[in-house]
Amino acid sequence: MNARITFATARRVLTQLRHDPRTVAMLLVIPCLLIALLWWIYDGGTVWDQIGPALLAIFPFIIMFLVTSIATLRERTSGTLERLLSMPTGKLDFLLGYALAFGIVAIVQALLAGTLAVTLLDMDVTGPVWVLLTVAVLDALLGVALGLFVSAFAQTEFQVVQFMPALVIPQILLCGLLVPRAEMPDVLDVLSGVLPLSYAVDAMNEVQHVSEPSVWADGGIIVAFIIGLLALGTTTLRRRTS
Amino acid sequence: MMNYEMGAAEARSGQPDEHAVRIRGLRVVRGARAILDGFDLDIRRGSITGLLGPSGSGKSTLMRAIIGVQKIAGGEVDVLGSPAGSAGLRTRVAYVTQAPSVYTDLTVRQNLRYFADVLGAPHADVDRAIGQVDLGDHADKLATNLSGGQFSRVSLAVALLGRPELLVLDEPTVGLDPVLRQELWDMFAEIAADGATLLVSSHVMDEAQRCNDLVLLREGGVLLAHDTLANLLERTGAADAEQAFLHLVSKEVSHV
Repeated sequence: MNARITFATARRVLTQLRHDPRTVAMLLVIPCLLIALLWWIYDGGTVWDQIGPALLAIFPFIIMFLVTSIATLRERTSGTLERLLSMPTGKLDFLLGYALAFGIVAIVQALLAGTLAVTLLDMDVTGPVWVLLTVAVLDALLGVALGLFVSAFAQTEFQVVQFMPALVIPQILLCGLLVPRAEMPDVLDVLSGVLPLSYAVDAMNEVQHVSEPSVWADGGIIVAFIIGLLALGTTTLRRRTS
Repeated sequence: MMNYEMGAAEARSGQPDEHAVRIRGLRVVRGARAILDGFDLDIRRGSITGLLGPSGSGKSTLMRAIIGVQKIAGGEVDVLGSPAGSAGLRTRVAYVTQAPSVYTDLTVRQNLRYFADVLGAPHADVDRAIGQVDLGDHADKLATNLSGGQFSRVSLAVALLGRPELLVLDEPTVGLDPVLRQELWDMFAEIAADGATLLVSSHVMDEAQRCNDLVLLREGGVLLAHDTLANLLERTGAADAEQAFLHLVSKEVSHV
């Protein structure tokens, strides 16, 4: 691992984003609009308070997953990844560079959407808001790590966006947002237990209901998933191809 | 420019290694087909070696094997005294693919600065390389807004960062006007004069005149000849590289 290359890669990814102001605007504004829409749908009532925090976890996950998987696929298909790996770039330098750059975007995104939710939209959160935002950022990083990993299994952008219904929507259905996990059929509850998003929603629910939430376990599991996915991601980066 | 590195390399190995690249029995398979099979080649240090042949003759595959990004099924490829693709070679060997591999959504300068950071090359190299490929007037343009020829030169400029001892360039002059092609070949000659080795593929046969050595391949990865242009012309009695190539192909065919 080489800090110089990791930071250079993160800076390069952010510079690319800077040249694409429309994407930046969409990354930052769309989660806010969706949160506001949800508040409006439920007229700011109790249902809004119940599912709002969970959605603060889900939006950054989805958006970062999409952005990262497509960005990495582009590196693979344009030959820039091969070029970087023929240079002194380590596989981890490349992945951490991306994680760092999109992590920074995720922090801004979570701050904006979270602040909007708890101030203007008056979301009722019992626990400290910073824990809520931290979980949202972890979720965004989870999306980055998953996106980096799955981009290896797609040859085209058409294929990579199909991973969204394949890998992301099942997690949304099973994470406890629609039906509490304990009330699901046993098999689905077990399945839910091996999916990372479930722990994110658990943590968000904890922050919502408990004044001194203990999210360490859930947070730790999310971090473990992030590290595991990044490690799997390094195995998909090949210096030699056929 | 390269004297220090060359001296150090020679001191380490104890004797000057006259070959920048040494290939023995290289075999590359794609699907059921062998692209290169039992391929041998030595490339002289400090030479400009032209790699000529029609598409499908394995030029790019051979270059990829030298860089160490190609999966090989057998044989040995040694580059600057180490196995191709070794970690120690990653700043000593530069590679330009046929399709430009730079970021379209960065400016020329931002692209080069990033790759310079990755290589640990000084930032002064960025402006030097931009000047060498004649993109000084476009340095702050986004790569996506450049013409095709300009875009491929950004990719070439990346290979000029740092002090590579071996440059492997896959069709670097394709799509460029004659004046610019001339200038780039002048630059290649300067780089070689500084002690670096260049392997340049082309299917423009008139560029062969700018090379010290020529490697002629034909379809199926068959090495037709590896010699100087003068020797090739003498052997075949041809007037230029293209005629020599055609002569060697027809001789090969008549032998079968």
